[in-house]
Amino acid sequence: MDLLAACQWLEASPLGTAIRTSTWAFAVIESVHLLALAVIGGSVLLVDLRMLGFGLREQRVRDVAGEAAPWFVGSLIVMLVTGAGLFISEATKCYYSQPFAVKMICLALSIVFAFTVRRKVTGAEEGRVRPLQYKLVALVSLALWFGVGAGGRWIGFSG
Amino acid sequence: MSLLPFCQWLAETRGSVALHESLYMYPLVESAHVLTLCLFLGMAVMFDLRLLGLALRRVPMTEITRRLGPWMAAGFVVMVITGGLLFYAIPIRSYQNIFFRIKVVMLMLAGLNAWVFHATVHRRVAEWDRDRVTPRAARRAGAASLVLWAVIVVAGRMIAYNWFDCDKQPQPNVVNLAAGCVVETR
Repeated sequence: MDLLAACQWLEASPLGTAIRTSTWAFAVIESVHLLALAVIGGSVLLVDLRMLGFGLREQRVRDVAGEAAPWFVGSLIVMLVTGAGLFISEATKCYYSQPFAVKMICLALSIVFAFTVRRKVTGAEEGRVRPLQYKLVALVSLALWFGVGAGGRWIGFSG
Repeated sequence: MSLLPFCQWLAETRGSVALHESLYMYPLVESAHVLTLCLFLGMAVMFDLRLLGLALRRVPMTEITRRLGPWMAAGFVVMVITGGLLFYAIPIRSYQNIFFRIKVVMLMLAGLNAWVFHATVHRRVAEWDRDRVTPRAARRAGAASLVLWAVIVVAGRMIAYNWFDCDKQPQPNVVNLAAGCVVETR
C-alpha cells in the first residue's frame, strides 16, 4: 500500500470521518493542540534561552533542563496525539501539502535531536560543555522547532 | 454606545483594505501572532507553574521575574501589535464575533488578575521569595492566570469559525445580543 492510499484509508476510517464531519471536533482538537503549543514552547525556550546565556542565568543548565523535562515530554505527547487526530481527519490534503511535509521532516529531526544530542548536552556537568557547544545546540533546537511551528501554521494557509 | 461605526470607518481605511487583501502579509502577521504564543504564554505558563509550586520550585520568585519577565514582556508586545493588526485587517467581523468578544473580556480579566497579584501578594515577595509553597493568594493568581489564558487561546482560535456570525441568520437571540448583531425584525 502506498502513502497516498494509506492517507485515503485513514481519512475514510471511522475516527477520521467522525472528526471531519463533526462541527466541533476539529476546532476542539485544534484548540488543545494550541494550548499544548504554549507549554512545549515555554519548556523548549526555557532551556534553549538558558544555553544561549539568557533567561534563568543563575541556574545550571542541567537543573533548568531537569525542571523543563516533564513539561516538555507531557506537552509533546499531547501535541502528537492531537496532531494525529487533526491529521487523520484530512490526511489526503496533508499528503499533497508541502508545508505539512516540511513540518513532519522538522518534527522528526526535532524529536531525534531533543532526545539525543540536546539531552546529552543539557544533562552533562557544567564544566564539560563549552559555551559554544551550548549555543550551537540551542540554535539548532530553536531552528528545528521553528520549522515545525511555521510549517504547521502554513498548512492552514495553503490549499 | 456602539463601536460599530468606528469599526466600519476603520474597515474603509487604505491600510485595513491592503492588509485584508494581501496575499502574504496577513498570513505572516497571523503566523507571528500564533508562534509568539510560545514566547509570551510559554514564559507566563512557567511563571504560573512556579506560583503553583509545580515547576522551578528551587528558583527564587524574584529571579524568575527578573530573568523571564523581559522575555514575557517582549512576547506580549509582539502579541499586542500583531493582534492589533489582525483586528485592523478585519474590524467589523471581529467586533461582531462572539469569540472575539469573549477573548477581549478574558484579556481584561487576565490584566486585572495580574494587577491584583502585583498590587497585593507580590509586594511582599521578599517574604516568600524562596518558599516552595507560595502563599494562597499567589497560588490563586497563578491558577486564575492559567485558566484565563487558556480561554483566551481557545476563544482566539475559534474566531476563525463562522458558526455564530451575524450574517448567518437565524441565530438564537442570546447569540445576536452577545455578538452585537444588527438584525432586522419583522
